[in-house]
Amino acid sequence: MENLLVEYLPILIFIGLAVGLAVIIPIASLIIVPQKPDAEKLSAYECGFDAFEDARIKFDVRFYLVAILFIIFDLEVAFLFPWAVSLGTIGVFGFWSMVVFLGILTVGFIYEWRKGALEWE
Amino acid sequence: MPLATLPTLTPALPEIFLAIASMLLLMLGVFSSEENNTRTVSYASVLVLIVAIPFVGLVTEGRTVTFGGAFVTDTFAVYIKALVLVSAATAIIMSKDYLKIQGIERFEFPVLIVLATLGMMMMISANDLIALYLGLELQSLSLYVIASFQRDSARSAEAGLKYFVLGALASGLLLYGMSMIYGFAGTTSFDTLANIFHDAHGHVSVGVIVGIVFMLAGLAFKVSAVPFHMWTPDVYEGAPTPVTALFAVAPKIAAMGLFIRVMVGPFGELGAQWQQIIIFISVASMLLGAFAAINQTNIKRLMAYSSIGHMGYALIGLAVAGTAGDAALQALGVQSMLIYLGIYMFMNIGTFACILLMKRDGRMVEGIDDLAGLSKSNPGLAMILSIFMFSMAGIPPLAGFLGKLYVFQAAIQAELYALAVIGVLASVVGAYYYIRIIKVMYFDDPVDELDRGISLEMKAILVVTGVVIVFFVFYPVPLLTGAESATAALFHK
Repeated sequence: MENLLVEYLPILIFIGLAVGLAVIIPIASLIIVPQKPDAEKLSAYECGFDAFEDARIKFDVRFYLVAILFIIFDLEVAFLFPWAVSLGTIGVFGFWSMVVFLGILTVGFIYEWRKGALEWE
Repeated sequence: MPLATLPTLTPALPEIFLAIASMLLLMLGVFSSEENNTRTVSYASVLVLIVAIPFVGLVTEGRTVTFGGAFVTDTFAVYIKALVLVSAATAIIMSKDYLKIQGIERFEFPVLIVLATLGMMMMISANDLIALYLGLELQSLSLYVIASFQRDSARSAEAGLKYFVLGALASGLLLYGMSMIYGFAGTTSFDTLANIFHDAHGHVSVGVIVGIVFMLAGLAFKVSAVPFHMWTPDVYEGAPTPVTALFAVAPKIAAMGLFIRVMVGPFGELGAQWQQIIIFISVASMLLGAFAAINQTNIKRLMAYSSIGHMGYALIGLAVAGTAGDAALQALGVQSMLIYLGIYMFMNIGTFACILLMKRDGRMVEGIDDLAGLSKSNPGLAMILSIFMFSMAGIPPLAGFLGKLYVFQAAIQAELYALAVIGVLASVVGAYYYIRIIKVMYFDDPVDELDRGISLEMKAILVVTGVVIVFFVFYPVPLLTGAESATAALFHK
C-alpha cells in the first residue's frame, strides 16, 4: 500500500507547483509592476478604434451542435489510437469490444444524419 | 494475438438485449414516418421492457460473475431489476396522453427511458466500483435529458439543469470517495474489498472511512435522502409528470438496490463505521418528509417530500443491516427494506396514475385544491386515490402499513428503539397531509369539475395497483418469497 501511495507523489508535487505558481504570478504582477492607471490605459483597445459593440453577442446554435458532433468523433479517434497500438496484447475480446463501440457510434451517426443535424441550409 | 478470452455473456443477457433493443428503437423512430412514430416507438419500448423481465428471471439461484468480476447476477439483482423494469414500462404507458396534451410527442422519450433502465440494471449488477459508476452515469445522463424534456417550459428546463448540476456534484463526491477507497485498499473489486475488510476485522485506515463517507453522500443524493434532498421538490415539480412518476420509482429503487449491495457487500464488515450515518440520514429524511410536506399546495411537490420520507423508512432496513456480526439480523434488515421498496413501487405508480388523470378542459392541473369535490364528480377515481393515500399514511390493513410494520419490526429486533419510535411519530405527522387530500376530495366544495375520460391503459394500471395495495394483506407470499430469496443471495455466498 505504501508503494501505491508513493507512486502518486509526483502528482502531489505537481499540484503543489501548479497552485504555487498560480498564486505567485498574479501577486508578483501586483507588487513588482509600477501601477499608474489613467483613462486611456483602462479603456478597451480594438485596433485603434473605440469598441464597436458588446463582446457578448448571440451566435447561431448550430455552431454548438457542430462542436458537439465533432467532440464525439474526436473522442472516437482518441480511443482508436491506443487500441491500435495495443491490439497485439488485448486479443480478440479487445478487437471486438472496439468494433461494438464503433457500431454504437454508427447508430448515433445515422440518428443525427436522419434528424438533419448535419444540414446547414 | 492471444486466443479468444471472451467473457461469458449469458449473465448479462438482459442488459445486452436492452442495449441492442434501445439502438434498434432509435433507428425505428428515426426511419418511420413523423406522424405516429412516437406511438410506435412507445409501444415497442414497453414491449422491450416487458420481454426483458423473463430474461432477468432466468436466474433462479446462485451467483454468477462475469467480465473479470465486474458484473454479478444473483437473485437480489433479479428482484430489484424486476421492480425497475415494471416501473419503467408503466411510466412509458402513462406518458402517452400527457405527451400529446403538452405537445411534446417525440420518439426519443421512450428510448431515453429504455437507456436509463439499462443504466439502472447495470448499476444493480455492479460488482466493481468502476462498473457501478458506469451504470450510474448512463442512468443519470438519460434522466437529466428527460427531466427537461418539455424544453419550451422554463420550469422543465430549470428542473433538468438543477438535476444535472447537483447530480454532477454528487457523482463527483461518489468518485472522490471511490478514489479514496481505491487508494487505501488498492482494489476496486467488491469481492476483493470484502475479503480485505474481512481480514482486517473492522480495523481499517481513516482513508477508507473517509472514502465510505463520500460514497454514502453520493448515494444518498441519488436516493434523495436528507441532507442531500434539496433538488427533489424542484425537479419533481418542474419535470413533466410521467417523468416525475418515473423519478419517484425506478431510479430510487435501483439506487437503493445499489446502496444495499455496496454497504452489505464490500463494506458489510464495517457496519460499525457506517451504521450511525445511515441512522442519521434515515431519521432526518423521515422527519423532513413529514414536516416539509404539510404546507405544500402542489401535489407533485407533496409527492416529492413524501418520497423523501419513504426513503427514510426504507433506510431503517439498511441501518439494521449495519449491525455487524449478526448475519440473521442483517438479512432481516435487508429483507424488510426490499419488501418496503416493492410496496412503495405499487403505491407510487398508482398515485401518479391518479395525478396524470387530473385534467381540466384538456389541460393538466396539479394543485391539491383542484381535487376538491372529486368524490361527487368522479367517485371511482376519488376512492382509488383515497386507497393510495391511506396506504401511504400507513393505515391497516393496506399494504403501506405492512411495509412500515416490517421495517419497524426489524429496527426493534436490532434494538434500534429510537429509530422505530421516531419512524412511528413521523408517520403520524405524515398521515396528516395524506389524509388532507382525502378530506379535500370528500368534504370540500367542488370547484370546476375535472375531465372524466380515463383511457383503458390508465384504468388497468389503477386497478392492478389498487388491487395489490388492498389485497396484499391476504396474499403477501410472492413479494415475501421474492424478497427472501433476494436477501439470501447477499448473505450466503
